[in-house]
Amino acid sequence: MDRSPALETTPLDPLHRELGGKMVPFAGYAMPVQYPGGIIKEHLHTRDQAGLFDVSHMGQIRLHGNAAARELEALVTADIVDLAPGQQRYTLFTNPDGGIVDDLMVANGGDHLFLVVNAACKEQDINHLRANITAEMELLSTRALLALQGPAAQTVLERVVPGLADLHFMQAMEAKWVRNDLFITRSGYTGEDGFEISLPSDCAEEFARWLISQPEVLPVGLGARDSLRLEAGLCLYGHDITAETTPIEARLGWAISSQRRNGGDRAGGFPGSKIILKQMSEGAEKMRVGLRATGRAPVREGAPLVESSGRPIGVVTSGGYGPSLAAPVAMGYLPPELSEPGTVVGALVRGKRVEIEVSPLPFIKQRYYRGK
Amino acid sequence: MSEMRFSEDHEWALRDESNQVTIGITDFAQEQLGEIVFIELPEVGSTLSQGDEAAVIESVKAASEIKSPISGEVVAVNEALIDEPGEVNQAPLGEGWFYKLKPTDPTEFDSLMDSERYQAMTADQ
Repeated sequence: MDRSPALETTPLDPLHRELGGKMVPFAGYAMPVQYPGGIIKEHLHTRDQAGLFDVSHMGQIRLHGNAAARELEALVTADIVDLAPGQQRYTLFTNPDGGIVDDLMVANGGDHLFLVVNAACKEQDINHLRANITAEMELLSTRALLALQGPAAQTVLERVVPGLADLHFMQAMEAKWVRNDLFITRSGYTGEDGFEISLPSDCAEEFARWLISQPEVLPVGLGARDSLRLEAGLCLYGHDITAETTPIEARLGWAISSQRRNGGDRAGGFPGSKIILKQMSEGAEKMRVGLRATGRAPVREGAPLVESSGRPIGVVTSGGYGPSLAAPVAMGYLPPELSEPGTVVGALVRGKRVEIEVSPLPFIKQRYYRGK
Repeated sequence: MSEMRFSEDHEWALRDESNQVTIGITDFAQEQLGEIVFIELPEVGSTLSQGDEAAVIESVKAASEIKSPISGEVVAVNEALIDEPGEVNQAPLGEGWFYKLKPTDPTEFDSLMDSERYQAMTADQ
């Protein structure tokens, strides 16, 4: 018997159940981990054609007013002040110790900033924003968020959203579907080309039904979402990145805009920036790496990484089976001197040592659309 | 006559005329685990006590183990599963068997659930 507190549901809950989704609790929401076709099929279909993901559990926030960009910029590693209308950036909320509090997407929607934050961090992020900004904050709790990912995503979405082809990776646009306002960004969490579509909750099911009625589109659950992002080398908050890891350790230095780095126009100025920028120039004591087991057994989160003497040197933070590689893949942390691709270390799986090799990230070629 | 019994951990045990027992997982178990991508089998010749970890099953979602439902000596393992672990999803009660035992205590088999009781148990889950 399930005696846990009632789970929240997304606007697509009835559709997930109708499609035979295996519902599991995730960040306080009932979410489909897979549909009857299974995780491997959903994963491969997304890389081959297009997958539809319900990501309505994520937090959608709009910030309004002239002060919004400047105030948000003081909390994150990206250049927000110069973020042009229609552009989107990946960035990080940090804490005074340089740790990562959440990772998020920020788009300039013209007259507002549009933020997407992790479901599990939503409340904490909102409190963090409330405590630190004066700009008007609008929680989009009556909007759903769908992700359409894969090489056929544009072809499919163009059937109802003309003009979509002009959008590049990490750009945003407004659109209408019937009389509903859509806010579309060309981004995602799979390594594939694709879109995230914010839309009113009351039309989300109808829109999702239309999408999955298209021959290219298969609904995809959280299971394949995780294996897709892992193959693409993308971090999962709470696992690969936490309040205990800095952006430099996580090799997310690229998420610190040049203006915010040492020598930039607006260097520093985000929580923990002294520590983070020092690590950026001097290096950190551990680094996130890609890992590929030489055997067939998946090496999962929490597996200790050891040197030949058995001394612990790191830990696996994400790991599993990569359907596109038909092999186990993982990410974890190692000291910088052991982080070169090709380095072989040990991983303890059920107490037994298996060999695991540092591998370049991503494991698959990212196929973002950056224009012709 | 051969007879199939079930454990609370969703393993099946099939005793044949020669008193050998074949162990596998039930359809309910494979359905719960999802697509199986890796299997580690016990060694032929090893002895297992009831409840010992006998095999490891890795699905796309998670790792789990088979605890031997009865004690005995391992006399055969299904090597085909090493290359085709998905066989357990396809035919859990047939080609997807894991290992065969020569039991040391026949009463252990008899104390496992019969099909009716097992069906009743899974009906509640």
